[in-house]
Amino acid sequence: MSDAPMTETRIDHRVIAELVEPNSRVLDVGCGNGELLEILATSKGADARGIEISQVGVNSCVARGLSVIQGDADEDLSAYPDSAFDYVVLSQTLQATWDPKEVVRQLLRIGSHVIVSIPNFGYWQNRLHLLFKGHMPVTDYLPHSWYDTPNIHFCTIRDFVDLTKELGCTVEKAVALNGNGQRIPIQAPWWLWNLFGEQAVFLLKR
Amino acid sequence: MTSQDGDALTDAARLREADEPSSPVIRFGKDKPLRLDAGVDLAPWQIAYQTYGTLNEDRSNAILVCHALTGDQYVASTNPLTGKPGWWSMMVGPGRPIDTDRFFVICANVLGGCMGTTGPASTNPETGKPYALDMPLVTIRDMVRSQAMLIDELGIDTLFAVVGGSMGGMQVLQWAASYPDRLFSAAVLCSGARHSSQNIAFHEVGRQAVMADPDWCHGKYLEYDVRPAKGLAVARMAAHVTYMSDQSLHRKFGRSLQDREHVTFGFDADFQIESYLRHQGMSFVDRFDANSYLYVTRAMDYFDLAADYGGVLAHAFKGSKTRFCIASVTSDWLFPTSESRAVVHALNAAAGNVSFVEIDSPRGHDAFLLNEPELFTMVRGFLTGGARSRGILPPALADDWEAHS
Repeated sequence: MSDAPMTETRIDHRVIAELVEPNSRVLDVGCGNGELLEILATSKGADARGIEISQVGVNSCVARGLSVIQGDADEDLSAYPDSAFDYVVLSQTLQATWDPKEVVRQLLRIGSHVIVSIPNFGYWQNRLHLLFKGHMPVTDYLPHSWYDTPNIHFCTIRDFVDLTKELGCTVEKAVALNGNGQRIPIQAPWWLWNLFGEQAVFLLKR
Repeated sequence: MTSQDGDALTDAARLREADEPSSPVIRFGKDKPLRLDAGVDLAPWQIAYQTYGTLNEDRSNAILVCHALTGDQYVASTNPLTGKPGWWSMMVGPGRPIDTDRFFVICANVLGGCMGTTGPASTNPETGKPYALDMPLVTIRDMVRSQAMLIDELGIDTLFAVVGGSMGGMQVLQWAASYPDRLFSAAVLCSGARHSSQNIAFHEVGRQAVMADPDWCHGKYLEYDVRPAKGLAVARMAAHVTYMSDQSLHRKFGRSLQDREHVTFGFDADFQIESYLRHQGMSFVDRFDANSYLYVTRAMDYFDLAADYGGVLAHAFKGSKTRFCIASVTSDWLFPTSESRAVVHALNAAAGNVSFVEIDSPRGHDAFLLNEPELFTMVRGFLTGGARSRGILPPALADDWEAHS
């Protein structure tokens, strides 16, 4: 489901792995081919599980000994009990769900911590695209046209921060990454993150 | 030899298999009765089984394969009645997904069956005649209990995996619920935690067909040296349709005619599908006992795992450490994906360790018995991943493959 290139370790995966305490129980929602699960299992000793929508993705995970179910964030979160995991991860997937608010609510219910990474629609390149070309942004990072994109609920970093307020959860940590995958300094103001962050990773708590 | 002589020969062979199977068998005396859900003790009783591969020194590499409704213990070796290769030889064998170079595979004929485990065709020691309807009804849980006693006899404490499709999958789920500490992993294919109303309905049609055959003789046909072949064949024909899909029937047969240019304006098998079904029905009666068909279909009908746990399926898996692998097939309307998903959600609710995939195939329920590469990949990966974490060594020849996987 992700638009990010899969050839080398995804930058947001590295950032997420740093946020996870060793030996935790982790659920990765939208785990793709299981790259993050494998990083967490091998480098963090995590008991890592996944949910993935594509049969190919699930099979490639299971074939590597990972525990993954075929399903999606909109349908399959409600079956999990409260606080079933130490961390629930939703990386680059929120914008593709039908009901992002309900999904985040479910994530906060089943995970003691929630890690969400999002593509930032407020990134300056996207703004320029819309402002000057008058087209929906199509970039290397967001390569789909408006009519075939799985991303139906884009938001900006600011929008997401507003959603966390609305849901009454705490942002424990936030990391914004610029177009080169570099971190934007933590002391930078939100507007800077919102403009220069191509993607952001949030660590949330109920 | 006339065809009647041929029938008599097959009958004799089939009857012999019921008491004196070609495979190994363990006989339990009156001191080791099998306690049945029907509330009676079955004794003496016996269980017929086959094994493949070698049990390792730690006794940690055993996989129990549970067969479906009309399967048998010959999962990967020639069936002594039909002379056909094992029913799952694509899945089980050297280098196969269930690799007999790595694992010690056990498959037993189910309780109520007719290939050497006690069932209605077995001789009742009280009367010296076949049990017929004097055999108590059996359940999936009874089958599993009998398998656990077999595993005890084989000196195996914990199974590395229990694997099965359809009714075999029901047994796997029952294993996980009844003996959570005795299995490390469980693979459930094209199955569910209960038999649906529609499935009970189809079984009832089959049973009524058997019982409506005058040669059924209220179950005592073996005593009268006849058999309800027509009834059982019709039962098999109806059931066989449920194992396929509209799409697979259409692809395989369409409306093609059987060895003729035009329809005959009669009730011959004009269409290929009719001819195919008749053949399926007639070849089935040569290898299967009609009363066994009644008993085993009934066992499936009674299966409702949640009902044993206060109506909450998740409670059946509470605290389970078993790793589960669940697979369904898109075109399976006998055990549709929703049934598998219900099991997955129950396992999620119980914080269980579960993998699940829906295989995209047009072949219907029977897809799990056929050449489905995605299913093979899934099962192989699941077992290999588990074996690695259990320290079950790969076969020497596969070391290279293992290092690169």
